[in-house]
Amino acid sequence: MSETLAFTRTPSVAETPTHYCPGCQHGVAHRMVAEYLDAENLAEKTIMVTSIGCSVFLYNYLRFDSVEAPHGRAPATATGVKRVSPDKVVFTYQGDGDLASIGMAEIMHAANRGERITVVFVNNTVYGMTGGQMAPTTLVGQKTTTSPAGRCASTEGAPFRMAEIVAGLGGVAFSARVALNNVKHLAQARKAIRRAFEVQLAGQGMGFVELLATCPTNWKMTPVQANEHIEAAIIPTFPLGVFKDIAKNAGAC
Amino acid sequence: MYADVIIAGFGGQGVVLAGTLLAYAAMEHGLNVTFMPVYGPEMRGGTANCTVVLSDEEIGSPIIRRPQNVVALNRPSLEKFQLQLADGGTVVVNSSLADPALADSARIKVVGVPCNDIAEKVGNARMVNMVAMGAFVKATGALPLERLKQALSHVVPAHYGHLIPKNAEALQAGYDAA
Amino acid sequence: MSADGRIFVKGNEAVSMGAIDAGLKGYFGYPITPQNEIPEYMSLHLPKAGGAFVQAESEMAAINMVLGAAATGARAMTSSSSPGVSLMQESFSYMATSETPCVVVNMMRGGPGLGDINTSQGDYYQATRGGGHGDYRTPVLAPSTCQEAYDLTREAFDIAFRFRTPVMILGDAILGQMKEPITRGVPRPADPAESADWGLSGAKGREQRIFRSLFLAEGVLTAVNQRLRAKFEAMASLARCETFMTEDAELVVVSFGSIARIVKSSIRKLRARGLKVGLLRPITLFPFPAEAVAAVARQGKRLLTIEHNMGQMVDDVRLAVCGIADSAFHGTLSGTIPTPDEYEAAIEAALTGGSK
Repeated sequence: MSETLAFTRTPSVAETPTHYCPGCQHGVAHRMVAEYLDAENLAEKTIMVTSIGCSVFLYNYLRFDSVEAPHGRAPATATGVKRVSPDKVVFTYQGDGDLASIGMAEIMHAANRGERITVVFVNNTVYGMTGGQMAPTTLVGQKTTTSPAGRCASTEGAPFRMAEIVAGLGGVAFSARVALNNVKHLAQARKAIRRAFEVQLAGQGMGFVELLATCPTNWKMTPVQANEHIEAAIIPTFPLGVFKDIAKNAGAC
Repeated sequence: MYADVIIAGFGGQGVVLAGTLLAYAAMEHGLNVTFMPVYGPEMRGGTANCTVVLSDEEIGSPIIRRPQNVVALNRPSLEKFQLQLADGGTVVVNSSLADPALADSARIKVVGVPCNDIAEKVGNARMVNMVAMGAFVKATGALPLERLKQALSHVVPAHYGHLIPKNAEALQAGYDAA
Repeated sequence: MSADGRIFVKGNEAVSMGAIDAGLKGYFGYPITPQNEIPEYMSLHLPKAGGAFVQAESEMAAINMVLGAAATGARAMTSSSSPGVSLMQESFSYMATSETPCVVVNMMRGGPGLGDINTSQGDYYQATRGGGHGDYRTPVLAPSTCQEAYDLTREAFDIAFRFRTPVMILGDAILGQMKEPITRGVPRPADPAESADWGLSGAKGREQRIFRSLFLAEGVLTAVNQRLRAKFEAMASLARCETFMTEDAELVVVSFGSIARIVKSSIRKLRARGLKVGLLRPITLFPFPAEAVAAVARQGKRLLTIEHNMGQMVDDVRLAVCGIADSAFHGTLSGTIPTPDEYEAAIEAALTGGSK
């Protein structure tokens, strides 16, 4: 009986073991972005803007030209890249603390200006790298190391639904929320990532995709439990869907 | 050759344009020149002044504490800046708004010119600044009047371009009155 | 334009023209007085010259747009004034470390805090000591006239790319707001070769390139710092100053920027009265022209440092002459506009009253 190759590494994913915890879905998100760019032969014209958080070493795992932005500023840095290199494919990869807390101003304004960039936003409802503190997307009632009694909406606010917020801004051509917790959702995620780049390539505006992803370590769950947690607890707060997709022939000024 | 002047008035009297005109004319005359605006936080209605330094040598300070000359377009400006004026210096006083008798004529040379009245006679009450600058070059000999007239087209904003002949008239009228 | 080809511009405009003539491809800025003529000029003229202008949502966004543009190898810049420059410091540190060339203009205003919108030299320490966190330096150029603002801004881009470093133009409200005639040079596009070896363009037919400042693996940060230190030391070759009437001077004033030209007027007045005083004006603040200052001290001349602050550059003067001499100090505080009269009195007092 001969062996069948079930999985091949897409060329833009480096042959480097990641530092991510077991069950973390950053690796899945990385690979889906790389697979799209490789499939479309865009890797050689891609410039990636990395951020601060667990994915800070993204440039070690994806073999694109890269610039590391200070915490929260990736959409501004990507703006600088794209404005002087409009022929390049530019994307940011940001977590929830980076994008929705310290970087709220930058994402809002880059989206509102309609920067022709793609934003890959990984939402796992917690600060991962620093050890599980409350994030802007932490669920109401979710216990973290800085919300030990659970997030209290009346003093700490409700989680930011970024895909919906961003969809409401004029410069955004595509905004969607998908999840990485099961095969069906992965197929949706693949499609959303594609659209988030297509609108950039068409010069239509910003493409924004929010990926609901696991953090088993800080959620204190097994990987399987974490996948179930996305379905049972996170999706009810963060509904999946496409919140904006302008017609393919629509343009901006 | 060296000359300096502080031009002062209410915001809206055209102090900055007057200083810019003098400075531009000085550049056209082949001189070194600095123009330094001083302004309050208000955009309009506050006090305004600017300092212009002209020299055929390298200019050091663009800020002058004891000027050789002052152009005072209103009474507060006269009261404030005549105290700073160097001994023997010249003050051009807009006598329409400030009594030249308020100036210390024992210490400084006082040239009173009714700038508002002359400007109105020329036909545009807003050209008080031009009348004063005409008077200034007559009183001090800092630059030929023609240089100022030639510089008008470079410093008057394009949308007021049609007023350049009137501005030239106002310069001449101030010159004649000093 | 005058018959001799001079144009009459504000210092802020001269800076803008210098940058565009140096091949600027991206300007990113946020409004703050007294430097608003720079973004205003850029918004009108940079797109015509083939560059990109973006009014950023904050100073933090502005400097990080510069980071992105500069990482592609484009000539990029921002400008601000004191409080806004404070907000940019984190990224200066990142860019010095990731060796990203850019030009940053600081038209200083009164401080500390929100201060006022008038002139000051309160940011000398911040500019010359790196300003952000960590152990780094960036070249700092201090123009004194509108012509020099134009010339040094052009040159700043060459220095930035030669050393792959942020370079600061340190001016103040006087320089930004005053108008003088300048002679504008011939625009020259940037040479694409200057960034061919490192600019981000997509990893086509080569390994990926990474602009980073995080180095967790053992020994790597030390190696980075060794390389940076060697570079900071090599920058010493940039040191430059102007001397004025120092040859026979008994006392030499050390002063920079707009304040130095006010001092120049004071010196002329004192010379007219027969007093032997001169001026040494550092044009580069980092590297500080320590050798030139020490040479003056070795000739037995006394030193007086004059600044528009409580005494910052005077530390560099004293370090330069350490063991040879000392420097007296006269400072004007932020909130007060200095005049030639004030400095005339201070210089005369230092000359006649001993060295300290």
